[in-house]
Amino acid sequence: MSEIILGKVYVVKDDIDTDQIIPAEHLSLVPTIASEYRELGSHALCGLPVSEYPQRFVEATQHDSEYVIIIAGRNFGCGSSREHAPIALGAAGARAIVAESYARIFFRNCVATGAVYPMEGEYRLCDHFETGDVVQLNIASGELRAVGSSAAYPLRPLGDVQEIVDSGGLFNYARSRGLISKERLCHDRAI
Amino acid sequence: MGMTLTEKILARKSRKKCVIPGDTVLADVDVLMTHDVCGPGTIGIMKKEFGDDARVWRSDGVVVIPDHYIFTADAKSNRNVDSLRSFAREQDLRYFYDVGNGNGDQWRYNTAAGPLKAQFGCSYAGVCHVVLAEKGHTRPGEILIGTDSHTCTAGAFGQFATGVGNTDAAFVMGTGKILLRVPRTLLFHLEGALPPGVMAKDLILHIIGEIGFDGATYQAMEFCGPGLSCLSMEERMTIANMGVEAGGKNAIFAVDDVTCEYVDRQMREHGVDVNYDVLESDSDAGYAHKFHISLDTIEPTVALHPNPGNRSLARECGDIAIDRAYIGSCTGGKLEDFLAFAHTLGDRQASVETFGVPATVDVVRKLKETPLGNTTVWDRLCDAGVIMTENAGCAACLGGPTDTFGRVNRELTCISTTNRNFPGRMGHADARIHLASPRTVAASAIAGHIADPRDYM
Ligand code: SF4
Repeated sequence: MSEIILGKVYVVKDDIDTDQIIPAEHLSLVPTIASEYRELGSHALCGLPVSEYPQRFVEATQHDSEYVIIIAGRNFGCGSSREHAPIALGAAGARAIVAESYARIFFRNCVATGAVYPMEGEYRLCDHFETGDVVQLNIASGELRAVGSSAAYPLRPLGDVQEIVDSGGLFNYARSRGLISKERLCHDRAI
Repeated sequence: MGMTLTEKILARKSRKKCVIPGDTVLADVDVLMTHDVCGPGTIGIMKKEFGDDARVWRSDGVVVIPDHYIFTADAKSNRNVDSLRSFAREQDLRYFYDVGNGNGDQWRYNTAAGPLKAQFGCSYAGVCHVVLAEKGHTRPGEILIGTDSHTCTAGAFGQFATGVGNTDAAFVMGTGKILLRVPRTLLFHLEGALPPGVMAKDLILHIIGEIGFDGATYQAMEFCGPGLSCLSMEERMTIANMGVEAGGKNAIFAVDDVTCEYVDRQMREHGVDVNYDVLESDSDAGYAHKFHISLDTIEPTVALHPNPGNRSLARECGDIAIDRAYIGSCTGGKLEDFLAFAHTLGDRQASVETFGVPATVDVVRKLKETPLGNTTVWDRLCDAGVIMTENAGCAACLGGPTDTFGRVNRELTCISTTNRNFPGRMGHADARIHLASPRTVAASAIAGHIADPRDYM
């Protein structure tokens, strides 16, 4: 995991639930169908109330977001188990989230899919940054810094799931650990 | 040190003598449940990763229950149910509760026939978490994984049950295994009995308010104690269902005679023949925290917009006017929920627009059979002005396509027996949803504002 991500941040506050990340009316889109994957991206974070978030994550009529990192408060991704949520963020072009904390299933889905890095800051960073700030996120050294500033904000280690994240998701990890065969295969040869 | 019920199940299913919180185990899954919203994506990943000709690990291990976006003309939603059907046929799945007649024929919603009269065929069942229990798929000591966050409902039966996303589910589909981190356990020791007018929903809303709606994140919530004896299986399901609303990984109940009677009956009725193991927590098991709750002190409780942890007492919310009432979902659309609702209504009328969506086809049938005065519960509800649909399913609980029955399409204030009230959950992003028990929703429907059901007994 030597990744360095450079770009603009999109900042949200506490308890952003999966209905705000991808509203339920878009759940008929199937992420494994390429065109629907693209469309999911165009709806990413569209459930955020316009009154609080006048600057949208993805502009209307666009598929991609100009923001590569989401900075969030507590309990990001609470609510449903829909994998559409991390997938939509990834499909829109987000590479990482730096939150104060996550809801369990959302975190697990980020790890399993490899769609976005689910990082946690040592501090509550959503009060330190504003949407549009340009930052550099160094995943390997575990720090985030504003470009042009010397202040570095440390991130928490990922712990046990580091290996899965490094492998790029659950299936790559399972193959690298010999939990399933290296090739695509039928289940009788699995585990 | 001994193990908690959750730890014991995870140890046994990963063939270990002992596990402790923080261990990661590769555990055997007994049942994988999926539905129309997450099933097609899960199947897509399974085929991509294991090959187009891959088979599920056990054809009676995967239970497929279309229930979310069923009674809609939305083309993609219809297509998703079709793709579940072809998968079920291709894989020879034993348990597929198709919307039609289960003969493989395509099924389509007829908009012209309207949302109220039954449109489904004989194999359709209804909302997945309630169907799993009804059809004998929830059993003590087992591991149930579902592509739905409320899979934790099945913890009511003394099993480990949790929700995952499509990728994890695809892994289970192909291998029958799942990687799980052993959670720490919060213990809720229940004593006494719920007072008249107070329901299991009030208890869980009270608990979520107490610990916060991320208060159990990554943890197991175990319920035990003499207070269990006054809780029916449906009430335990309501409590376990909302474990995830406190962030819990799973909720789990100690197993007693009530559990085994229910499970044995449902398995027998539906021809499911599986041996299950009744496990219990060791007396010296380690808990992250123990809560002692006296059920007698619980009052009708509501979770006000915009999250399930925003607790208040119904009697303190009389100034909150409502435009709509809704009874339905896996949390609040079961048989006992409707009976309690009807009981509180008595012979009064709903004064606001009120929608009723039974969770399952079985609930519809029983409401039509159960006498009430000189009529049936179903007819009484209709007479009281409740707009009842026979098309059991998730309906407006999670908004859904815009033609979904009961969907909150405007900036309304709605009181609901469902489990989530985040902005936009039931449809319109600026609607306000308050969560309450079926009794409180009935009292509020009569009053036109949030009301305490004890004033309507
Ligand atoms: S009824 Fe609501 S909470 Fe239950 S499974 Fe359906 S959408 Fe989810």
